[in-house]
Amino acid sequence: MIKPAITTMILVLLFSPKNEYLKSNNDFQINRQKIIQKPEINDEGKELFIKYCLSCHQADGSGVPGMYPPLQKSDWVNGDKTRLIKILLNGLQGEIEVNGEIYSQFMPKQNNLTDHEIANLLTFVRQNFGNSSSEINEKEVSDTREKNPKSELKKLKY
Amino acid sequence: MKKIAISFNQNTWIFFILFMSINLGLIQNTKCQDKSDNKSREITLPNGFSSIVVADSLGQGRHIIINSNGDIYVSLLRLKNKCGIVALRDTNNDGKADIIKYFGTFSGTGIGIYNGYLYFGADTIIVRYKLRPGELLPAPEYQVIAKGFYINYQHAAKSITFDKEDHLYVNVGAPSNACQIPDRTLHTPGNDPCPLLEDFGGIWRFDANKTNQDQLKDGYRYSTGLRNCVALRWNPLADHLYAVQHGRDQLHEFWPEYYTEDDGVNLPAEEFFLLKEGADFGWPYCYFDDHQDKKLLAPEYGGNGKTEGRCIEKEKPILAFPAHYAPNDLLFYTGEQFPIQYKGGAFIAFHGSWNRAPQEQKGYNIVFVPFNGDKPYGKWSVFADGFAGVDKIKSPRDAKARPCGLAQGPDGSLYIVEDTKGKIWKITYH
Repeated sequence: MIKPAITTMILVLLFSPKNEYLKSNNDFQINRQKIIQKPEINDEGKELFIKYCLSCHQADGSGVPGMYPPLQKSDWVNGDKTRLIKILLNGLQGEIEVNGEIYSQFMPKQNNLTDHEIANLLTFVRQNFGNSSSEINEKEVSDTREKNPKSELKKLKY
Repeated sequence: MKKIAISFNQNTWIFFILFMSINLGLIQNTKCQDKSDNKSREITLPNGFSSIVVADSLGQGRHIIINSNGDIYVSLLRLKNKCGIVALRDTNNDGKADIIKYFGTFSGTGIGIYNGYLYFGADTIIVRYKLRPGELLPAPEYQVIAKGFYINYQHAAKSITFDKEDHLYVNVGAPSNACQIPDRTLHTPGNDPCPLLEDFGGIWRFDANKTNQDQLKDGYRYSTGLRNCVALRWNPLADHLYAVQHGRDQLHEFWPEYYTEDDGVNLPAEEFFLLKEGADFGWPYCYFDDHQDKKLLAPEYGGNGKTEGRCIEKEKPILAFPAHYAPNDLLFYTGEQFPIQYKGGAFIAFHGSWNRAPQEQKGYNIVFVPFNGDKPYGKWSVFADGFAGVDKIKSPRDAKARPCGLAQGPDGSLYIVEDTKGKIWKITYH
C-alpha cells in the first residue's frame, strides 16, 4: 500500500500540469498594476497628463462612468491621430460613444499647449493605460493646428 | 544499488487519480478558491435596520418615487429598451419586484407624483403622464408641462419637486464649473457679471397644472446663485424648499498658486441650503470653505483662498459636507416606521466623488441629518454604506454601485436606487 502511494506521489510531482486557473489569476494582478504604474520621472507627457488630464480621466485612465470617457483601449485614443489632436485643440462637446458607452460631458480645449507638449502628452496617453499605439510627433500637431479653424462652442436651444 | 520496482497495481491507480484530481482543481481545496471581488457585499446599516434588494440591473437608475399603492417608478439616465422610465410592482409583499415594465420616450433624472400624474424631468423638457387606478403603467400620452431648456453638456439633470400649492420646482444647473469662458481652463478669470445666471444656475418654479410653459417666458426664478442642485426637495413638515449643491471643481488644477493638491481635494464643501424666494447663494462668485466656516471669493473673481469680498452678503449653508461627495438626492423622512429621531430629518444620497483624484475618492453613501423644525440639529451620520463594494475607491469606475435616488414608501420604508447598474434596496426597521 505504502509503496504504490509513494510511487504515485513522486510521479505526480514530476509530471502534473501547472494549475492554469491560478496562473491566469496572477497575470490579471500583474496587468492591473501595469496600467496604473507611473512611468519614468523625466517623461514630459506624464507630467502634462497629471496637470491637465488626470482630474477628469483619473490616474488609471478609466474615466468617470456617464461623465468622462476612459482612455483605456479606446478607439478615440488609438485610432485616427488627427481626430485625437483636434480634441486637444478644440475640446469636445456632444454625444460620443466610447467602448460601448455614451458620454456627453463638455471637455475643455487645451490649445494653449505647444505642439511639442501636445505631441508628448498624446504619445503618453497612446502608450499607457493598456494602449500601445504609435507616437504622435510635433509636425502632425502643427499641421492639424494650421488646417483647423478656431471653433465656438454654441449654446443649443431645444 | 538496489533496484526499485515500480508496479502499477489497483491501489497505485487510485492514488494517482486522487492526486491528479486535487492538482487539477476538480476537488476543491482552499488554495484554488476564487478570491475575486465579484461577490456582492451587503450594504451596512445602523442596528435594527435591514435591507432587501427590490430589483437589479434595471439600467442607470437616477431618481425614484413610490406611489401610494406601493408601485415604484425610476428614471433612467440613458434609454434602456428604448425607454426612460421603469415601473415596478411587488405583488406578494415580499419586498421584491415581481412585475417590471419599461415605458416613456425620454431619459432623464427628475421624477415625481403630484395630483394623480407621474411627472418626468428629462434634460430639456418636463412632461407628465396620467396615472390610472389599479394600473402599473400610466396612460401613454404625455403632456408637456415645461420646455425651452437649453441642451447642457454638463449639469443637465432636471430634478423636480412640488410644494403644497401646485408649484413645480426644477433644478436648472449651470453648464459651467465657475463661469470661466472658456470653461475649465488654467487662470481664466470668471465673467463678471456671470451671464449664465440669466438662464441657468438656479431653481425655476412653474405651475404644476399648466401645460407648455416656457422656462424663461413663463418660469419664475425662485432662487439663484446655485451651481447644480440634483438633490432638491420640498420639506412637507417644515414647508420650505431645500437643496444640496454640487460645489465647484478643480481649485488646484486652475489656481495652483493659491490651492495645493490637498486644498483641491478638501475644498469646497458641498452646501446644504434652505432655499427662500429671491435668495442668492453665491455661485459662481463664491464657494464655501467649511474649514474656515466662511463663504469665500472664488479665484476666478479675485479670490485667493482667504478673501471674502462680496461673498459676505451671500447666503450661507445650513450645513456643509466634505468636498466632492456629489449629493444626488435629498429626502425628508415623514414616516412612522423608523425610530422617532428620524422623523423630519433628511437623508442625502452621495453619488461619490471623481475629483479627489489622485487621492482616494469618497462619498458613495447615504447620510442622515437630524432636524429640529426647519434646521439641522446635532451631528449628521453615515446611515448606509458599502455601496462601492470595495474598501478603497481610487477611481469612480471601481465602485460597484453609486447611490443616486431616495424615496419613502407608503409604509415608511426607505428606498435607494443607484445608477451604475440600476439596483434598488428597500430599507426597513424592526
